[in-house]
Amino acid sequence: MGRLNWLVADVIDAVPETPRVKTIKLDVPDWEGHLPGQHVDVRLTAEDGYQAQRSYSIASEPNRNHVELTVERIDDGEVSPYLTEELRAGDQLELRGPVGGYFVWEPDRGGPLLLVAGGSGVVPLMAMLRHRAAAGSSVPATLLLSSRSWDDVIYRDELSRLNGSGLNVVHTLTRSQPDGWTGYARRVDEAMLRAVAPPPGEAPLVYVCGPTPFVEAVASALVALCHEPTSIRTERFGPTGG
Amino acid sequence: MDALKLDGNAAAGLLQEVFAVEVTAARGTCDNCGAVEAVGAVVVYAHAPGTVLRCPHCDAVLMRIVTDGARYWVDLRGVRSLELTST
Repeated sequence: MGRLNWLVADVIDAVPETPRVKTIKLDVPDWEGHLPGQHVDVRLTAEDGYQAQRSYSIASEPNRNHVELTVERIDDGEVSPYLTEELRAGDQLELRGPVGGYFVWEPDRGGPLLLVAGGSGVVPLMAMLRHRAAAGSSVPATLLLSSRSWDDVIYRDELSRLNGSGLNVVHTLTRSQPDGWTGYARRVDEAMLRAVAPPPGEAPLVYVCGPTPFVEAVASALVALCHEPTSIRTERFGPTGG
Repeated sequence: MDALKLDGNAAAGLLQEVFAVEVTAARGTCDNCGAVEAVGAVVVYAHAPGTVLRCPHCDAVLMRIVTDGARYWVDLRGVRSLELTST
């Protein structure tokens, strides 16, 4: 990976995932490929030359020239309302990447894998799970996904399809639950992680992604449960993202 | 303030602009406390006019980068060393 150049991507499709979240499918000529967990910088330029730039995780598994971004609309944001409301198939989008090399996982890194996500923090973890499935990896994996409600669960149907064959998907719904819900209905805490995570003795590789307070609470709880701090990789996103 | 706290992953693009290589997987040593962490794991504040990287253990400033788009001012005084792996 060398110097970053801005590339022009063609929007192939924009697909709703939840009421607030869309997946943007892009064809990127000259894309050099990526690793699961990496992201791209997206740049919008207004007619007066004003530019706004944001970083978005790549949702898709490595696949030549094809990149998917899953974007949550931040109502007062500068970039995400355009990406989720305005962008259409046939439009173009300026991006550069892939960037990042710390929060990445490939099957040859082994496992077991523990993925913990808050809301749209699931996006880079989904790239890992899609890659795991596409590569036929047998690395055992657990995804603990915290969402506000059942309707806010990103990739809900795909996760239920992927569940099984060594992957255990566990949901917690923090604000509202459907009738008859028997799963977790609170924020991720130490007791939940103790019940869901592989024991520290199995030395799981841990990836935690979500808003800063979520990531810090989960990482602290994992350390309190005696998981090795150096095996816990975190990625925070803040309210300034937009 | 805590709500504006990010981590080194958020600075990956900027760091690659400056260094022309991927830096977040590199391990840096804090000059103040000697802690060793991946750059992706350090604390980042990106909302100021510049981007500030701080040690997650002692909160000392590791790096400051300010750019006007054409030039970069890079202050690395808080980083004792950076260990990069060739890829």
